[in-house]
Amino acid sequence: MRELRIHGRGGQGSVTAAELIAVAAFEGGMHAQAFPAFGVERRGAPVQAFVRFDNKKIRLRSQIYEPDYIIVQDSTLIRDVNVFQGMKEGGIAIINTEKAISYPVPEGVKVIAIDATSIALQKIGLPITNTALMGAFAAASGEIDFAALEDAVKRRFKGDLATKNIAAARAAYDSVKGAA
Amino acid sequence: MLEITEGSHAVADAVGKCRPQVIAAYPITPQTHIVEALAEMVANCEIDAEYITVESEFSALSACLGASAAGSRVYSATTSQGLALMFEVCFNCAGMRLPVVMSIVNRALGAPLSIWNDQQDSISLRDSGWLQLYAEDNQEATDLHYLAYRVSEDHSILLPSFVCFDGFILSHTYEPVDTLTKEQADSYLPPFKPFQRLDAADPISFGLFAAPDYYMEFRYEIDQAAKKALSVIPKAGREFGELFGRDYSGLVEGYRMDDADCALVAMGSICGTVKDAIDEMRDAGKKVGLLKIRSFRPFPAEEVKKALSGVSRVAVLDKNISLGSKGAVALEIRDALYGSQTPVYDYIIALGGRDVRKKDIARVVSLAEEGKGDLFYGLRDEVLK
Amino acid sequence: MAIGTGCSARPGKSRNNKTGSWRVFRPEFVHEKCTSCGMCRIICPEGCIGENEEGLPVPDYDYCKGCGLCAEECPSEAIEMKKEEK
Repeated sequence: MRELRIHGRGGQGSVTAAELIAVAAFEGGMHAQAFPAFGVERRGAPVQAFVRFDNKKIRLRSQIYEPDYIIVQDSTLIRDVNVFQGMKEGGIAIINTEKAISYPVPEGVKVIAIDATSIALQKIGLPITNTALMGAFAAASGEIDFAALEDAVKRRFKGDLATKNIAAARAAYDSVKGAA
Repeated sequence: MLEITEGSHAVADAVGKCRPQVIAAYPITPQTHIVEALAEMVANCEIDAEYITVESEFSALSACLGASAAGSRVYSATTSQGLALMFEVCFNCAGMRLPVVMSIVNRALGAPLSIWNDQQDSISLRDSGWLQLYAEDNQEATDLHYLAYRVSEDHSILLPSFVCFDGFILSHTYEPVDTLTKEQADSYLPPFKPFQRLDAADPISFGLFAAPDYYMEFRYEIDQAAKKALSVIPKAGREFGELFGRDYSGLVEGYRMDDADCALVAMGSICGTVKDAIDEMRDAGKKVGLLKIRSFRPFPAEEVKKALSGVSRVAVLDKNISLGSKGAVALEIRDALYGSQTPVYDYIIALGGRDVRKKDIARVVSLAEEGKGDLFYGLRDEVLK
Repeated sequence: MAIGTGCSARPGKSRNNKTGSWRVFRPEFVHEKCTSCGMCRIICPEGCIGENEEGLPVPDYDYCKGCGLCAEECPSEAIEMKKEEK
């Protein structure tokens, strides 16, 4: 079983991202489970959402303490929350940031820094970074393929909004693939 | 068809396929997604039901009571403080023998205010005459609604049912659920045939006054009907299994109980985590098993006694506390095992949404081995000083 | 009272309970003074005051408990409470 923990702020779409990643993984033939850790439901407050992937039925219900992957939607969270806590050796951290990573990262963790905010502003016109980060996750982890992700986005959003979000995911996906 | 969907939406889908004729519910976290989805289905004419908007949970269940007495299949959903507000109507539904089915998306009761999960809400309605079924995952939460209507509407039962599943932990989780088609649902659940109903052309009164010379007899009959459900639930559960491959004939369900030395007893979503923890403990050579309680009301004491007959100790995980006494499940287990020498240890756990990990389950088993029980598990040190 | 599932019962059972036997005083209606205002019929807690062909009030003594409210309220003082002979 592999586990993903998403760190974000209320309103950035962390819960939606977890759900869509689970949908894409399921469509790709895996068992998946996505759930939120609801705190104070308030725009801007730190929130977490979780996804589990496995090739058999998932029974475990606890939150995720030792993730294989993390997604950090907002690098300012790193000041307030230890986003790397419990990360597995060889784990992948996808961090939305405009700057180079200047803080200590646990040994054995691969960091992928991506400017998802700029991608979202350019492709969607709003600083909602979840779909771009999903694209980056697909590229970096290999847990979900891009076509499944595209389908999952289309199931959730309609028309133009789906197209724009897919474009954001694609740009991030290509950027991570290109860098690899 | 296997689909990945949110627990609340899977339940709403199943409820729609149960063809309720009247739905009345008041939104409250974490139940809201269910009734939102049903309201949408009614508005889109996807289901042929009357959706009554009400101003409180008291009104919601009162509307259901009236509609059920008038001969309709009815549905409601609530949680926590909402269920508390329904308290009086709950007793009336059972006393009038109305087969209302209601989802309880389990949540803690205030104060302190908490939107998170434990099972204090439905447990607090323990003595109301409602049947109470608890689901481990979203598949079971979905399927138990079909089962509940079948059992409640059986003319030898005629009691309302709670289908209980853990708030957020199940209701807000996306996971694969095999949903029935409308045809499959219809093949299992026939149209509602009321035992008796309000009809102006053939008048009848429900819920009449009973003087001391008759009140006990009415209560006796409710109790007899609830106990009758101990045989009706397995029958309906078996039939569900024969049709759709998922068997719910067990009022309780054992997991790796053969040769188990220590049995954990639990209800609801925590059972999943317990099973994973048991696999790890078994790998480490510890003989641990789980007895999952699916039907809390009626309580299957005989089945529990039988299932626990070979173990040396029992550790009960209670997501509730009967304040000043013990957890409600532990009390039942001790009663079922009365006269045996098997120690039963109670652990109050996961109240108000506190997370439970596999290592917590292993720790509970260790505590039981040390003979330490009847405690709140995992308290902060500051209250213990 | 038989036990009906759901504490239910068919209507009409209270007719068997002839409460007229409880009476100590019986109302006697003096039709000469009566203006047919209907107050006695409205006020009667048993609903046991009907009317004759001329529209004048007639009590059903099978059910009249003799409470005397009709006599108390009658604006024409046309109802007299007389001691029942038992």
